[in-house]
Amino acid sequence: MSVSTCPSEPVPVAGFLDGLDPLDRDIVLATQAGLPLVPDPWSAVGKPLGLAGNEVRARMQRMIDSGVIRRIAAVPNHYRLGYVANGMTVWDVDDAHVERLGREVAGIPGVSHCYRRPRHLPEWPYNLFVMLHGRSQDEVEQQAEVLRERLGDACRDHRILYSSRILKKTGLRLARSSGRPR
Amino acid sequence: MNVAHRPKPAKLDAADRRIVNRLQQGLPLVPSPYAAVAAELSLSEGELLYRLERLLEAGVLSRFGPMYHAERLGGGLTLAALEVPEADFERVTETVNAFPEVAHNYRREHRLNMWFVLATETPQRIAEVIEAIEAATGLVVFNMPKQEEFHVRLHLPV
Repeated sequence: MSVSTCPSEPVPVAGFLDGLDPLDRDIVLATQAGLPLVPDPWSAVGKPLGLAGNEVRARMQRMIDSGVIRRIAAVPNHYRLGYVANGMTVWDVDDAHVERLGREVAGIPGVSHCYRRPRHLPEWPYNLFVMLHGRSQDEVEQQAEVLRERLGDACRDHRILYSSRILKKTGLRLARSSGRPR
Repeated sequence: MNVAHRPKPAKLDAADRRIVNRLQQGLPLVPSPYAAVAAELSLSEGELLYRLERLLEAGVLSRFGPMYHAERLGGGLTLAALEVPEADFERVTETVNAFPEVAHNYRREHRLNMWFVLATETPQRIAEVIEAIEAATGLVVFNMPKQEEFHVRLHLPV
């Protein structure tokens, strides 16, 4: 599952998947651990479900088109790739401009996630969260400097919060809808 | 206690790098997708599959497959933070990590020093879990659900 926040890793999501067509739901559940590494992965997914490979592929394409699946891709472990500096940068951006600027800075190299989130005043004035990834803290700070310039006067303050310890990281976990209490 | 430490950078050869770079962008939805990608990378399909399996086993890739959009699957998701007193940090870590809804938990260097992701079966359940975490820790949870998503796409070139 790939909906991360601070980190860039897959997040397990327990959804009942009730909004999905039952066959789509079966496909999602069958691929939660990953896509089979065989020449025809679509047939491999479809076989236990009684679906032809072409049907699986067409359904996955539709789920991509509708946004249920973002894409089918490799999720790297950023530390193993040498991206040891992961900075959650947080910015206090004028509400009148945050939407436009959020879209602008989203395309800057090194940015993996960019969200608007609520402030909690007075403790937490930051409303724009941008995750940056670099091979060193210097690199992350250079990326942050590019962001600061782009945000300009609309940004009052910012911080870079590096992760200093992973306290927990669990794998993918989707709940099945059948037989579970609502 | 569930404390994961940072894995060390892996040694990758040129073919591994091409695979990692190419497959972060996505697999094409064609009848023989691995063969198609292998051809782009001047590898055989068998070699691509073999290397991909090895990259997963070695933890260079944490996963290969569809990346789902949590909210569109009906789940609830939020980012939350705590200001944990240093003396209590280990105890609070154990308490927070014990909640199955806590997917990720990171220590970060700020007054708000614990940051975790909550993933729940329904959006409604988020508030209940936050209340339970506040009761169990005696601390105020700063809930920071995303209000707008501008970009979600990790691409780490190697």
